[in-house]
Amino acid sequence: MSGLLGAIVGADVLVCCGPGGVGKTTVSATIALAEAAAGRRVCVLTVDPARRLADALGIDASSSEPTAVEVAGPGALDAVMLDSEGTFDQLIDRYADSPEQAESIKGNRLYQSLSSSLAGTQEYMAMEKLYELVESGRYDLVVVDTPPTRNALDLLDAPRRLTSFLENRIFRALLAPTKAYLKAVSFATRALLGTIGKVAGAELVADAVTFFQAFAGMEEGFALRAGAIHDRLRAEGTRFLLVTSPRPDSIAEARYFEARLRESGLAAGGVVVNRVHPSFPADGLTAEVAGAGGALGALAANLIRLNELAATEDLALAELVDAVAPAPVVSLPLTSEPIHDVEGLTRLAGLLGEQRDAGRGPEHW
Amino acid sequence: MDLDALGNEATVRFLLGKGGVGKTAITCAMGRALASTGRRVLLVELEGRPEILRAFGAEGDLGYDEQVVFEDPSGGSVIARHITPDEALLEYLDDHGLARLSRRLLTSGVIDVVAGAIPGIREVLLLGKVKQVANESGADVVLVDCPATGHAVTLLTSATGVASAARSGPVRAQADEVVAMLTDPARSSVVLVTIPEELPVTETVEAAFRIEEEAGMALSLVIANRADLPLEDLDVPAAVAATAAGVELDAATLAALDAAAAFERHQIDTCSEQLLRLKTELPLPLVVLPRLAAPAIGPEEVDELASLLAAATIDRDAP
Repeated sequence: MSGLLGAIVGADVLVCCGPGGVGKTTVSATIALAEAAAGRRVCVLTVDPARRLADALGIDASSSEPTAVEVAGPGALDAVMLDSEGTFDQLIDRYADSPEQAESIKGNRLYQSLSSSLAGTQEYMAMEKLYELVESGRYDLVVVDTPPTRNALDLLDAPRRLTSFLENRIFRALLAPTKAYLKAVSFATRALLGTIGKVAGAELVADAVTFFQAFAGMEEGFALRAGAIHDRLRAEGTRFLLVTSPRPDSIAEARYFEARLRESGLAAGGVVVNRVHPSFPADGLTAEVAGAGGALGALAANLIRLNELAATEDLALAELVDAVAPAPVVSLPLTSEPIHDVEGLTRLAGLLGEQRDAGRGPEHW
Repeated sequence: MDLDALGNEATVRFLLGKGGVGKTAITCAMGRALASTGRRVLLVELEGRPEILRAFGAEGDLGYDEQVVFEDPSGGSVIARHITPDEALLEYLDDHGLARLSRRLLTSGVIDVVAGAIPGIREVLLLGKVKQVANESGADVVLVDCPATGHAVTLLTSATGVASAARSGPVRAQADEVVAMLTDPARSSVVLVTIPEELPVTETVEAAFRIEEEAGMALSLVIANRADLPLEDLDVPAAVAATAAGVELDAATLAALDAAAAFERHQIDTCSEQLLRLKTELPLPLVVLPRLAAPAIGPEEVDELASLLAAATIDRDAP
């Protein structure tokens, strides 16, 4: 057993990350489908998929509940699209002391804008939903297609960043004006808030104070949850899969991801290079053929140019293989047809399967 | 392509595109091409990434200060710098007499609360800084290498949102000024960069409509990068071509030539389908650039793209 299978065997969480525009969603769905066909109970969590792919997988974009996808094989596949705001609302419902507290938070203007626009909220909610799916016990493997993040570690840090936001000291100090510690900070704090009010508007400060008041008592639940997610992402069964295109710029980005994972004591479980150009046997192309005029010359020039493209990609790939060793690197061929149905995914899954059975390294198709 | 028009139509050009379509390389090439007409071009990078320097063959990291990265014999030049939201924010606070507080605002996390309360405040300060730079740098053209499409649309529509959320104060005033710049086609416009493939074309069309409707900005040009352009004789079977040339080839070589031709024909067909879609769905001037086999973003690729841009004809025929 080698190749990508080695990266997936024993994994119960597979986090697919990489730069934008490399087909991460397609690769995540392909792997999920392949694993389901092999008999596992799999769920793929996808963030903002291309609509046609969502349609093909039968994902209801308006629901945050898993939907079953038909699989030819013994296993089962569910697909779910991340609903960042809905997931946040559920968290509030879970940790609020009363329905009234939950409603008061959800109605606050600061909450509404932060659940949709605070940097890192989408990443956090992707991790939250992932945790929820893993903990449900319904799946052997959960595959998550992450938002295109420059730094893979943003995903790991997202829960902690939100908790530190929710624990903001200055606003919290305002909530307990009788406590002794306030004496030390009150003057500076009030001056600060006064200044913010002048720059950004007084309503804003009022909204923020109301929000933190409404939130009082829930921080602990949130912090515990964030801690649990943090641990789960670093657990034995969690693997990171880097997805990249064979273009040198996106390979450079994948290498950057890998290095950052390594720095934080995590390892990339594997790399998938998606949409690799084919190369063609050129032994019989003598100088005479290459230099021929007319149609033969045109055909030869075309083959040579395609092989040059493939060679450029090969070079970048070889460097990638060295850089991420011992993590396996596998490649998927460029298909001219965009993949937007289960058949297309199954075809791609078949190629992935062949490659893993043969235990081949990165090479052309 | 008429570089004079490109250089004069608007001072600030925002280049937008999905990740991986070569937007940064195109931004650099456009800067290089405009510099060759004697213009002083300022490239602004918004994410703190190093590619612009690599594109001009320089090492290290792009800084907050302007740096000359290319000088043309005509006297034109390309100057590059980056602007990030945090830097723009600190500078804004300093300018508003909050220098003493600004570090504390950042470290205490109050900034996150404020930014969370008014979505788009960071973006407005970022664009406010772009506006200031455009006014003060003395550049003839400012090219802004925007973040990947989704984030860029958020960036450009943010000012309108802030103008409605913050009812008063300097932030509101800043948002109003940014909106005034973005919605004035004489001061700014958007260049859309894409590749002729289904998903990128769909996303480009969607982004174009959102930018026009939600940000009220003018769209000036679409660049379709990495196109597989039609080639002569790819439909001739290799065996026929060999006989015509009086060359004898073994079966394996004939099969390889046929397979390569079939592959490329398919690529070309897909490409022309998508170019047609692009023209039909976005009636805007279109420039098509061919796929290059460049190993990485660097001076050679930028040079080649710049010459191609300068030589390109603009397809203005809206069907």
